[in-house]
This record gives sequence, C-alpha cells and structure tokens, in this order.
Amino acid sequence: MLFGIDYETWWFLVVGALFSGYAILDGFDFGAGAWHLLFESEKDRRIALNAVGPVWDGNEVWLVIAGGALFAGFPNFYATLFSSLYIPFKLFLVFIIFRAIAIEFRSKEPGERWRKNWDRAYCISSIFLAFLLGVVLGNLLQGISVGENYLYMGNGFFEFLGFYPVLVGLTTLALFMMHGAIFLLIKTRGSLHEKLTKLLRVGMISFIILFSMVTIFSLIYYPHLSDKFRAYPILFFIPALAILSMANIPRLASKRNYLGAFLFSSLTISFLLVLVAVELYPDLLVSTLGPQYSINIYQAAASKGSLKIMLTITAIGAPLVAFYTFFVYKTFWGKVRLDENSY
Amino acid sequence: MELNTEILARIQFAFSVSFHYIFPPLSIGLGLLMVFFEAAYLRSKNIQYHQLAHFWTKIFAVTFGIGVVTGIVMEFEFGTNWAAYSRFVGDVFGSALAAEGIFAFALESGFLGILLFGWNRVKPWVHFVSTLGVFFGSMFSAVWIVVANSWQQTPAGFKIVGEGFHARAEITDFWAMVFNPSSVERLLHVWVGAFLSGAFLVLSVHSYYLIKNRHIELSKIAIKIALIIATIGSLSQLFIGHLSAEGVAKIQPAKLAAFEGHFISEKSADLYLFGWVDQENQRVLGPKIPGGLSFLIHGNFDSKITGLDKFGPGDKPTQINAIFQFYHLMVGLGMIMIGLSLLGSYFYFKGRLFQTQWLLKIFVIASIAPQLANQFGWFAAEMGRQPWVVYGLLKTSNAFSESVTSHQILFSIILFFIVYAFLFVLFIYMMNKKIQHGPDDESNIESRPMTQEIANLISGEIKGRAGEEV
Repeated sequence: MLFGIDYETWWFLVVGALFSGYAILDGFDFGAGAWHLLFESEKDRRIALNAVGPVWDGNEVWLVIAGGALFAGFPNFYATLFSSLYIPFKLFLVFIIFRAIAIEFRSKEPGERWRKNWDRAYCISSIFLAFLLGVVLGNLLQGISVGENYLYMGNGFFEFLGFYPVLVGLTTLALFMMHGAIFLLIKTRGSLHEKLTKLLRVGMISFIILFSMVTIFSLIYYPHLSDKFRAYPILFFIPALAILSMANIPRLASKRNYLGAFLFSSLTISFLLVLVAVELYPDLLVSTLGPQYSINIYQAAASKGSLKIMLTITAIGAPLVAFYTFFVYKTFWGKVRLDENSY
Repeated sequence: MELNTEILARIQFAFSVSFHYIFPPLSIGLGLLMVFFEAAYLRSKNIQYHQLAHFWTKIFAVTFGIGVVTGIVMEFEFGTNWAAYSRFVGDVFGSALAAEGIFAFALESGFLGILLFGWNRVKPWVHFVSTLGVFFGSMFSAVWIVVANSWQQTPAGFKIVGEGFHARAEITDFWAMVFNPSSVERLLHVWVGAFLSGAFLVLSVHSYYLIKNRHIELSKIAIKIALIIATIGSLSQLFIGHLSAEGVAKIQPAKLAAFEGHFISEKSADLYLFGWVDQENQRVLGPKIPGGLSFLIHGNFDSKITGLDKFGPGDKPTQINAIFQFYHLMVGLGMIMIGLSLLGSYFYFKGRLFQTQWLLKIFVIASIAPQLANQFGWFAAEMGRQPWVVYGLLKTSNAFSESVTSHQILFSIILFFIVYAFLFVLFIYMMNKKIQHGPDDESNIESRPMTQEIANLISGEIKGRAGEEV
C-alpha cells in the first residue's frame, strides 16, 4: 500500500498514463500520416512529413515503454493479450516497420515514382496503425474468449475483426486524424494550412458520428461497459469531461486557436482512456467465456516486490523523460523549417 | 523434423533477433565514433571533425531507425510467441525491461531528434550533449537487455513461487538479479563487440575513399581514430572473452563442453583450434593443443574439465557441431580482427598505412568480421543454453504460446521474412548511396543533391512569411 492505494492499482495507473501518453503522441503522427496522400504538391508533403520528422521516433518509444510496463507489471495479461490477438499485433509490427522506412527513405531519392510509392506506404501504414490500435482496444472492450489458465480459446485468424472492434478501430482512426490535422495546422502556413482547416472539419464530423455509434453500441450490446456508471452515478463526471473537451475542439478551431484545440484533443484522448480504465478496473481482460476466466490486475500482476522496484524506477525515470521530451519539442517549436538535414 | 509450434517459434525468434542484431551494435559503435569526432571538433574547431561527425550521423540514422523498429518486434514477440516464458520471467525480466525503456530508450530517442535535425538549431555544445545522450542511451539499453539475457543464463536474486502452470520466478533481490554471475563479463563482451562493429565500418568506408582517392584528409583522420578503437577493442576482447569463458565453465559446464566439443570428463582436456565434431563417435577431428582447455580454464594442463557425459540426454544441447563451429568461428574472427588492427597500427606508425593499398583493400571487406563474430557469438551462447530457456529452471519446450497455432506462426514467419528481406535490400542500398555520396567536405559541396531544391523551398518560405507580414 502506498497512500492507501495498493501496488497493483498504482501500476495500473502507470500503465494507463503511459498508454494515454502514447496515444496522444503517436496519435497525432499517425493521424498526420493518414492525411498524407491528400496533400498534393511535393513541398506540402515534405512539410507535412517534417512536421513529425524529429519526433515520431521518440513517440514510438512510448510504445516500447508502455509495452515494457505491461510485460513487467502484468505479465499474465501481457502474455494472454499478445498471444490471443496474435495476428493484429503482427500486422501492427509490419506496418510500424513500413511506416518507419517510408519516413526514412522517402526523400532520399529525387525520383517521382520513388517518392510517390513511399508516400503511399507512409499514408497507408499510418491509417492501418491507428485502425489496428483501435481494433485491439475494441477487442479488449467487448471481451476476448479466454478460458482456463488464461489461455485463448477462440479460433485464431480473423476472430479479432468483429463488427464492434472494427467500429472502435474506425473511431480511433477518425480521432487520430482529427488530432493529427490540428497538429499539422500548428506546424504549417499558407495553402497547406488552409487546406487542413477543411480537412479538420471532415475529421471532426467523422469522429463525432463514429463516436456516437460506438457509444450507442456499447450501451446496447455490451452492458458490462456501463455497469459501473449505473452503480456509481458520480462517475458520470468522466464522460462529461470527455464530451466537454470534445466540444472545445471545434470551438477553438473556429477561432483558429489550434494550440488550444490540440490541448483539448489530447485531453479527449486521455479522458476516453480514463473512461475505459474506470469501466474495466479491476479487470484487465474480460473473458467472453465467463466471468471466472476474466483476468484482473491482482491475477495478472507481478509480485509486490517487483512492482515496488518498478515504481521506484518510474519515479526516478519519469521526470527525466518529461524533461527531454519537453526539450525536444521546444527545439523544434513553431512552423516547419526545412534544411539540409530534413527528410 | 515436424514443424510444430515450438520449432516454428524458435525459427522465428532466431530469425528476427539475428536480423535485429545487425543494427544495435552498429549504432553503439558508430555512436562512440560520433562522440569522438564531435568532441574533437569542439576542442580543435577543425571543421573536418565536424564533417566527419555529420556524415556518420547520417549513416547512424539508418542503422538506428531500423534497430528501433526491429526491436519493437522483439518486445512484442515475447508476448505473441512465448507467452508461457513471459509469464514465468515477467516478474524478474520486467524490472530490467522497465529500466531499459525509461532510462535508455527515452534518453536515446529523446535526443535523437536533435542529433539528426538540430545541427542548425542548437549551439554546438548542446548538440554534443545530444550526441552523448543518444550514445549513452544506446549503451544503457545494452546494459538492461544483456542483464535480462544473462539472468536467463545464470539466474540469481529470485525465488520460484507457485506450481505447474502458475509457477514463476519472483524477484527477491534486484541488485543480485542485475549483477547475476555472468552479466558483467557478458555486457563488456557485447559493448566491445559493438565498438568493433562501428570502428571496422568506419575503417572500411574511409579505406574505400582512400583507394578511390576521395576525401583524403578526412579519411586519414577517421582511420586514425577508428584504428585506435579497433586495436584497443580487439585486444581487450581477448581478455574479456576469456573471462566470459571461465564464467561459463564454472556455471554452465554443459555449454562450455559444447563450445569445445568436449565429450568425456577427463584430466587434461584438449583444446581444438578448429575441427569437425563427430557426434556419433563423440570425438572432434582437427588440430589440438593437448591439455590446452584445462590450461585456459584453470591455468593448469592437468585439471579436470567436465564433459558432456556428465549430463543426461534432456539436460544438454544436442547440436554440438553447430555450437562448436559458431564458437570457433567467433574466436577465429576475433583473432583476425586483432591481427588486422595490429597490422594497421604497425603500418600507421611506419607512416605507410595510407599508401598500402592491399591492407586498405582488406579493411574495406573487414567490416563484415565483427558483424559475423557478433552473430556467431550469440548463436553459440543461445544454442549452448538449450534445452533450457532459463538455465536449469524453464525448458524451451515449455515456454512457447500454447494458444497460438503453427499456421499463425508460419504466416507471420513468411510475412516477416518478406518484409525483412526487403528491408535488408533497402538498408544496403541506402548505405551504399550515402557512402558513395560521402561526407560534405570541399571536394563535393557543390554536387550535394537537392541543394537547389532546398534553397528554393527556404526562399519560398521566406517570401511566404514576408507576404504574411505585409
């Protein structure tokens, strides 16, 4: 126990914070990438690419850290989740690789064909990465067919592509595209900037429609996703905050205050994840085969001793990470400037 | 051999980790050289050091980028393919992995943006700090990953809790886990192996320039620094490698016996320089030093060395010949590196190195030597650990994901094989292109591609900005 909260719950919070940080950071660069093919001129594409250029690598490290934190803190959950959703995770990896090499190699050759093909690879992989993250989340929300000894009992290959996970996947994609468009608006000027204001509108509208659909489906078909709110109405302040931050995005965007809009789209991502966390807690993985097979944080967790060590490591490391993340963003603050070191 | 889940999962792991391990050693090794080049620039203000640092940073960017993405694959693969292993080791492995993420990766990637793109944006010393940050980040990631792997070879600081499916190792003493009996030697071995990869690549590329009569002055400086690292590195590797082998002899005798093809426990064990293991008749064919192995391990030609006969069939590796060959190839390549760096140093002090074409030509191809030595060393270390995944505690056959089917793994092996083949071709292509282009010294500052394009973009941007202000 630490401040009246047990170690497992502390680690649950740490993992939640890491994934939320990851979703905000890689969210905007996946989102920015997903629009890429709609930018027409070579110059616009290079500017859009270089807007994420110095930071995408660092953003992906959040995934490494969050994944490591999951492995370290909740090995049973990590093992079950990754082996159950085998195919989506493998596809995710392939797209991560393609996206990285597309960014790295695109501008290294002057040829038009070369660049067009890498632009396609960059855009498509960004779209699928955002989508697959959402699909994994959708599977977690609806539950996975896990049986005795935390073993996956489903039938493999395409089970992960249910209707609900796909819907959550599309919603995530729309959310990230909205978020990414705002990020690009901060980093650009001129005709590209004007074009993005229109794209942002498309992004916001698609997100709101899809999000409403997910909400309705969750309420009707997955009552376990709202039982806690019915039991403790006070918790309604979380969805209320999420909706309030969503509402602020179009308001600030119409005033061209994109920094403010970015803050609220980041908050929207966090609040939505808090919502997920509150609904699942103390479960991590809900089994569709029966509640006795669900995995909660206490079953999934590493030993108290190990959690204590890791909390110490996090307490020392997190401020350092925050410091250099801040430092990097500060260095590249403002509109994109291309120089001979750019992509 | 039936292609069951275990075999497929092992093939996939071996394939993806070998591919991954082409890149991190290069990043660490090139990082060290970049630190030297940039430090020399800050001290002397000699622009050539700056050009070297800038040029090698571009090569580094390629190796680093591929290292990161292939590394994420490894982290995920523990969960997807080795679920039982993850459950068993998560508690111990976890803290090392968490430390790696938060202390090493975040440091590396945080400063990477500035290292690559910040040349014109931050003061030279801030840039140097970023280079140091990236270099130390990569060194730290080696620390934690080698600690975790060493714990699998020589577990310490833990207790086993639970039984059957629920049995797992729980950490009892963090520092005992970190400083488990093999981690220090193995870490040094890995670090120096990485330095050698970087140094030999720099030697190779700049020898190539000298042969082609390009970037002469720059290359002379680079070769000097790389040669110093190569000489110190390869000589100290002899000593570190020996320490490591002594440790293996003490704690993993079955592995040492496999390395050396030593079947029967006996006084005065022989040392084979190279050879072929005839596993059926339990002997090795090849030149040997009588009693040499006993002397190496115990300093005495008559000491007894435990052979493979002391282990039951389920407790020792089966592919003795492969392990023997990989181990001996690693040692042989190490000797070649020592020979080459001493030869290079000799000619350097004689003042003839830069005219000695044949040696420069050998240096051009020698960059493959540390790469192969690193790979073979790991093959020997990991195959020699079999049949255990965690030595003496968990067998490989109990470690894979029970719920994943062989079709799924086969699908992803094929997928990753295609992707990695493509990635490798691109990697070679990009490296070649960057090397052919060369550093931006006076000799080719005019021919830099896209200079005009960038100038246009920048002037366009300035015009755009001026327009806005009007």
